[in-house]
Amino acid sequence: MNSNLRDIISDALSSNQAQYVEIRFDQFEATHIRYRDRDLEEVNRTTSGGGCVRALDGGGWGFVSFNRLDDLGNKVKAAIRNARLVGGDPIELAPVEPVVDCVKSNAKKDPSKISLNDKKRLLDEYAGEIWSVPGITTSTVGYGDSHLNRVFASSEGTYIEQEKLDISMRLSAVARDGGDVQQSGVSLGSAGDFSEIENLHSQASFVARRALELLKAGPAKSGEYTVVLDPVLAGVFIHEAFGHLSEADHVYQDDRIKEIMLLGKRFADNQLNVVDGAAVPNLRGSYAYDDEGVPSTRSYLLKEGVLVGRLHSRETAAKMGEQLTGNARSIGPQFPPIVRMTNTFIENGNSSPEELIADVKDGIYVCNWYGGMTSMEQFTFSAGEAWVIKNGQIKELLRPVLLSGNLFTTLQSLDGIGNDLDMNQGGGCGKGGQIPLAVSNGSPHIRIQRCLISGN
Amino acid sequence: MAIKREIEKVLDKAGSISEQAEVFSLSYWNEPVDFEANRLKTVEDRESEGLALRIIKDGRIGFSSTNILDQLDGVVDNALETSPFGPVATLQFPSATRFNNVDTYDPTVETQTVDEMVHLGQSLIDDLRRHEPELLCDAGVGRNVVEISIANSNGLYASYKQSSFYVSVGATLVNGTDMFFLGGSKSSCNPILNIDELVASVLFQLENGRNISKPASGNMSVVFTPRGVAAALLSPLMAGFNGKSIIKGSSPLVGMLGEKLVDARFSLWDEPLTPMIPGSRMFDDEGVPSRRMPLIDQGTISNFLYDLQTAGQAGEESTGNAHRGINSLPSPGVSVSVISSGDTSFYDMVADIEDGIIVESLLGAGQSNILSGDFSANVLLGYRIENGKIAGRLKNTVINGNVYSALNNISAIGNDGEWIGGSLYAPSIYCNDVSVATRG
Repeated sequence: MNSNLRDIISDALSSNQAQYVEIRFDQFEATHIRYRDRDLEEVNRTTSGGGCVRALDGGGWGFVSFNRLDDLGNKVKAAIRNARLVGGDPIELAPVEPVVDCVKSNAKKDPSKISLNDKKRLLDEYAGEIWSVPGITTSTVGYGDSHLNRVFASSEGTYIEQEKLDISMRLSAVARDGGDVQQSGVSLGSAGDFSEIENLHSQASFVARRALELLKAGPAKSGEYTVVLDPVLAGVFIHEAFGHLSEADHVYQDDRIKEIMLLGKRFADNQLNVVDGAAVPNLRGSYAYDDEGVPSTRSYLLKEGVLVGRLHSRETAAKMGEQLTGNARSIGPQFPPIVRMTNTFIENGNSSPEELIADVKDGIYVCNWYGGMTSMEQFTFSAGEAWVIKNGQIKELLRPVLLSGNLFTTLQSLDGIGNDLDMNQGGGCGKGGQIPLAVSNGSPHIRIQRCLISGN
Repeated sequence: MAIKREIEKVLDKAGSISEQAEVFSLSYWNEPVDFEANRLKTVEDRESEGLALRIIKDGRIGFSSTNILDQLDGVVDNALETSPFGPVATLQFPSATRFNNVDTYDPTVETQTVDEMVHLGQSLIDDLRRHEPELLCDAGVGRNVVEISIANSNGLYASYKQSSFYVSVGATLVNGTDMFFLGGSKSSCNPILNIDELVASVLFQLENGRNISKPASGNMSVVFTPRGVAAALLSPLMAGFNGKSIIKGSSPLVGMLGEKLVDARFSLWDEPLTPMIPGSRMFDDEGVPSRRMPLIDQGTISNFLYDLQTAGQAGEESTGNAHRGINSLPSPGVSVSVISSGDTSFYDMVADIEDGIIVESLLGAGQSNILSGDFSANVLLGYRIENGKIAGRLKNTVINGNVYSALNNISAIGNDGEWIGGSLYAPSIYCNDVSVATRG
């Protein structure tokens, strides 16, 4: 524990008269390497530091962020002054036991201990694998690792130091035929264990072959289909389709949405179980304490198809009279914490992936992902590849498709869940201008009836 | 300027150990006031400064960045550590030159009081809720001041200040399980004092979107409003102009300079010298002077976008289009896109369509293969057109198409050009034969 920093922060917090004050301070180091084709296009070493004060007083929140730690006492005063400018009905926070703790990363192979030379050698190999496939137009290999030390202290006596390591990796290839350009890619990540990205050689040559195959693939026709989703895309689906509306800040101030999202309400048939939790260990969304100093949990959102929980900050939990879940997160000192997902997944069902496909007469098998977005009720998520299913058999490859759904109908159309749960760690979630936040998503294969597909 | 001393210190040290060195610095101050669920919730004050160092040593580019300005030796050491691995430099940092002045700073942005900003946000919410008390509004009013400086070992030292001010609102109207999202925003280098246009635009959405339309399916006529042009067409169109994609051959426009791309009524320029527009700047993020540059001139491809490194690779000159943040190397991009207006009014376009849709905003755009010019998304806010009239809000509807095909199939371009988000000026565009599907 850094006793000097702790003294500075304690001093700054000691004399304030506000309802609640918290201070965060980050020290951050990162390395980014990007290859375009076989050549290294960018390599960067970044160091940064910065902090923020958030104060609650007189019914409002005040927030101040900065680079330099000096004069912290006045920054506390400024945050309180900002809070008092707001005014209004009192805001309560759900109580949390004060804690003093220091949490170190337990990553097996810390990337900051690996030389730039060794990282480059590995990425050279991946670029080489992609280019071993003849006919590729261009490719990228992107790698990033980061090491974060985050200090959190509150006027209630909590003082926590947490270390967090993160690795992200993307391999992609582009193939062109005249005006037709197709691409294929794969994104992965790890909670700081470099060994998890060391054996991607076959995935590198796979994206190259897939980009070329997509040039020959035909487009899907827009319309409604029975779709089977692979675990990667199904993870994105549950994140977008359901995860975001489980975030209590979308619910707690809106009486009509509260009615729709009433605990005990059925959203799907009883084989669907959905979990979110930073207490699920060793994933990119894992941590011991959130950015309000609340211990992480593992929480059911849907149990046997019924809404049983949602994700909270201290403010939303108090307002709704529900249990704290430890989901208040911030991507950095420039931002206050907001309610976010962590590791979100659908639990295993009973069917094998083959059984889910065997029943489909006319449908589409969708894999991998480009991205996903939600407006709460409606959501989209896009597949990196799509395949025709005909009479229970996977047939020809199609161009990538966009899937679009509706919270209130699509979950009810989910009629099959596989038994092959797999977590994907390649995603970064965006909300309220805070992007990308490290999360993981997962699912077994799932099947959805009458899903709206937009072809290309 | 507080950071000038640090820039000079880093440049001196880096210059002595490399062939060329460049320091880019960015400092900002940002003060937003945020409203949630119709009430003021948070007042924030954010400050940050940082610098990035690029060196060329033994012909290769080394790069590092930091915002810890009292430990500057590390930034030089880190750049030195990365340079043996870095890309081969194909650039020369520019020497000192004269820039065309473009005004992007209004000091009154800094003298606005928080009370005035709060009042503006509250009156926006109150105006909207007078028309529909059930609206639940989140709103934000904010101001930023950004200062960018560039110095290099070839003698350039240049900086400019930019102010911006924005007002935005997102409102929800929930009816049963139907969620209707409305909203809009406005930004300028000057303080925004008048919100009438913003209110009128949200009220238009409210009046035309209250009822849900019949499903729309098949290939049909689509009117993209100025916001719809921004949401659906701009990024797939611009992706092909990026010099990086041109030199790597991944742009479908490779080798097409001077060829006809889209309908001759369509022109698009980069206009970074437009005064008091937040996207404007007198020089780019490498210190190359900004210039007005046609990209599509009456349907024909006129220029691609280059920064110094990509221009060097392509054997071209930089077009002054380098964009960067503190933590990344420059990359080419458009600064202020201006699309030429036509002569048809929005309502004349609608009146001309028997069976079609209007697109205002999309969900999931940009998650398809934009390199090919494709767009594919859910229509977050759009309306059905039946027999020349707006006939309700679309729901559970997707559109997809290709921007080059769509812009080759234009029926009319609107006379209703407006600024969207501080870096795009666009009119409505009426295209034919775009694929639409609704879940029945």
